[in-house]
Amino acid sequence: MTAQGWLQIAIFLAVLTALTPLLGGYMARVYRNERVLLTPVFGPIERLTYRLLRVNPHVQQDWKAYARTTLVFSALFWVVLYIILRTQGVWPFNPEGFDSGTWDVSFNTVSSFISNTNWQYYGGETTLSYFSQMAGLTVQNFVSAAVGMAVLAAVIRGFASRGAAELGNFWQDLTRTLLYILLPISFVGALILVSQGVIQTLSGSVAYQTVQGFDQTLALGPAASQIAIKQLGTNGGGFFNVNSTFPFENASGFSNFIEVLFILLIPAGLTATFGRMVGNRRQGWALYAAMAVMLVATIAVAYGAEQNGSPAQKNAEVATASADGTTGGNLEGKEQRFGIVNSALWTAATTGASNGSVNSALDSYTGTGGAVPMVNMMTGEVIFGGVGSGLYGMLLFVLLAVFIAGLMVGRTPEYLGKKIEAREVKLTLIGTLYTALAVLVTTSLAIATKWGAPSIFNSGPQGFSETLYAYTSQGNNNGSAFAGYTGFVQPNAPGNVGAFSITFADLLGGVTMLLARFVPLLAALAVAGSLATKRVAPLGAGTFRTDTPTFVFLLIFVIVIVAALTFFPALLLGPIVQALTDQLF
Amino acid sequence: MRRDLTNSILAIVVFTLMLGIAYPLLTTGVAQVLWPNKADGSQVEVDGKVVGSRLIGQDFRGPRYFHSRPSATDYSANVTFFNNLGPNSRELSDQFKKNLAGYLRRERPFNPGLQASDVPPDAVQTTASGVDPHISQANARIQARRVAEVRGIPLERVLELVDDNTDGRALGVLGEPGVNVLDLNLAVDSEAA
Repeated sequence: MTAQGWLQIAIFLAVLTALTPLLGGYMARVYRNERVLLTPVFGPIERLTYRLLRVNPHVQQDWKAYARTTLVFSALFWVVLYIILRTQGVWPFNPEGFDSGTWDVSFNTVSSFISNTNWQYYGGETTLSYFSQMAGLTVQNFVSAAVGMAVLAAVIRGFASRGAAELGNFWQDLTRTLLYILLPISFVGALILVSQGVIQTLSGSVAYQTVQGFDQTLALGPAASQIAIKQLGTNGGGFFNVNSTFPFENASGFSNFIEVLFILLIPAGLTATFGRMVGNRRQGWALYAAMAVMLVATIAVAYGAEQNGSPAQKNAEVATASADGTTGGNLEGKEQRFGIVNSALWTAATTGASNGSVNSALDSYTGTGGAVPMVNMMTGEVIFGGVGSGLYGMLLFVLLAVFIAGLMVGRTPEYLGKKIEAREVKLTLIGTLYTALAVLVTTSLAIATKWGAPSIFNSGPQGFSETLYAYTSQGNNNGSAFAGYTGFVQPNAPGNVGAFSITFADLLGGVTMLLARFVPLLAALAVAGSLATKRVAPLGAGTFRTDTPTFVFLLIFVIVIVAALTFFPALLLGPIVQALTDQLF
Repeated sequence: MRRDLTNSILAIVVFTLMLGIAYPLLTTGVAQVLWPNKADGSQVEVDGKVVGSRLIGQDFRGPRYFHSRPSATDYSANVTFFNNLGPNSRELSDQFKKNLAGYLRRERPFNPGLQASDVPPDAVQTTASGVDPHISQANARIQARRVAEVRGIPLERVLELVDDNTDGRALGVLGEPGVNVLDLNLAVDSEAA
């Protein structure tokens, strides 16, 4: 670990923290339906959109109506995306002439993008046409992110409500999220990425002979426009199979900085949005602090572990020391232009947030380094988490922490002046524990039956880690992978000759992702609906403050305890075994 | 429910056209005007023929060229995947041993006394993308001695070319410096010609 490395981490955190209140304040105005900076540009388009959708944005919805619209919209979009992928051959923008996907891989991919997971069993450049990437996946990168943010806006209104049951209008929240937040930032971001060398073209691939006469073919495509929103919307599904390790997807140190910043930009900003919308900015900063502390801790662990090097490396007497002109460390599956520090930073950020894009190969991380992304996901994706979903997940943990604090001091728990009672606590437990349960059940199913075996690549504890990682990632809507684990086997051959899908992994993963998305989403909306109509009690001498360092500590403690009690045994069998031994398997 | 269905169907059409067609095509148009070479993959031509992309590593063999980092994908730029072997994998360790031995065998005649501990890990461990365009500066300095001697170019001049073709940290601080292998080898070629 070097001072220069820590400086890069410090710069990243400083920029993120500085942007949080700026973007957060802007988003609060968007969700209060106020006039914002971009209203002169997008105001007419916003009104036109409402007319085309035949919606009246002034109709207010209670939590049930809001939830119903969310589900109907998502379900129909699922069907449309499935049809697009299964009829890929008939659409334009298909210079490589790719056929349609198989039914099971398509099921997985569609569920993955609707649920904002963007798990990759598909290979981007080897199976998807530009049309599927643009009109199918890019659209869903935007829409699934906007759905999460819209639901969060509704949940926050429930927490802030002074007795009204209405949580807002889904169509208005969705449209304003897309037009005022996601679309403009993505457009600017995409152009910055192109300026660094990320590709944006409709031309087909280019074949040539290299300097020494070997054959090489450049896969091309409209990548930058998708990558910007893939990072910004905590999606993470790559244009290329190897995601943001590929130079055409992440070309330089600067493009890497923008992409990793985009991962956390909105989830961090939303904490400030929350503070403003509930009328107490300190409440937002308290949540930001809890998230940031956990993030920094995991960055440090990953950085240290990868700098130290792997047993395979030490056994082969490969140098690990950093010296003049080399970063040293475990560079297996890492790119020279990112080095150890930016790989570790990205890995912690992408799994703290439910982004799931990668700029290094996680399967090649050391035992300890590989445990970092797993642990981050096992906290339920609340260390910033997904756009929208991270914060509503965190709010459920806040209620849990308040409830536990209430038990300890023997008072009825309150949050923001509202009493937390049996109904809210039950819903909170469903929302916080469902994903953990789903991860353990699906992992056990894949390990204990013969159907899980064909997906595993590595032998020994790493094979178990791959399985655990796959269902932790899909079960928390993350999308990153120990990529040896597969549901679609592609031999390295042109035209995907001999490729076949693994139905069990595709279906189990697909169902897991959909439930992981919508069970906590409904629980959070139900909690908000229940809180919305409650009376607000004035702040008293006995009120348990939730905007203090004490509460931040308690919140972190509750999150860590829940994750540790649930997952420690599973972690022992995989990454911890490998962290403790130098033995090779 | 009926209202939700109607609104949803219309929304799917509108948002697909807006986000899936208009947005990527507009981005493509602007990008192609502002940075046409970069938007098309930073292709590099020699004598009017494309020989590579400065962002995509390619295979270099033999004593006359700087070598790229090892690739698990045979430097494929259209079928990409990771090596994926775990940190305690014997197979991975064997790959490292083979790569390290090959590197020492190639460079030691020109770097007397070169030890395993002198070889930076990027020279031995595979990249994530399979086509990392860079090698570390330490790696390039070791190979420079071989290229200088085989090509009959003074070592100082080759080291100058290494520096000239190093992509530094962005804004002086972000990322890690890397020597662009294709750029460097083309520079060596034109120096020798």
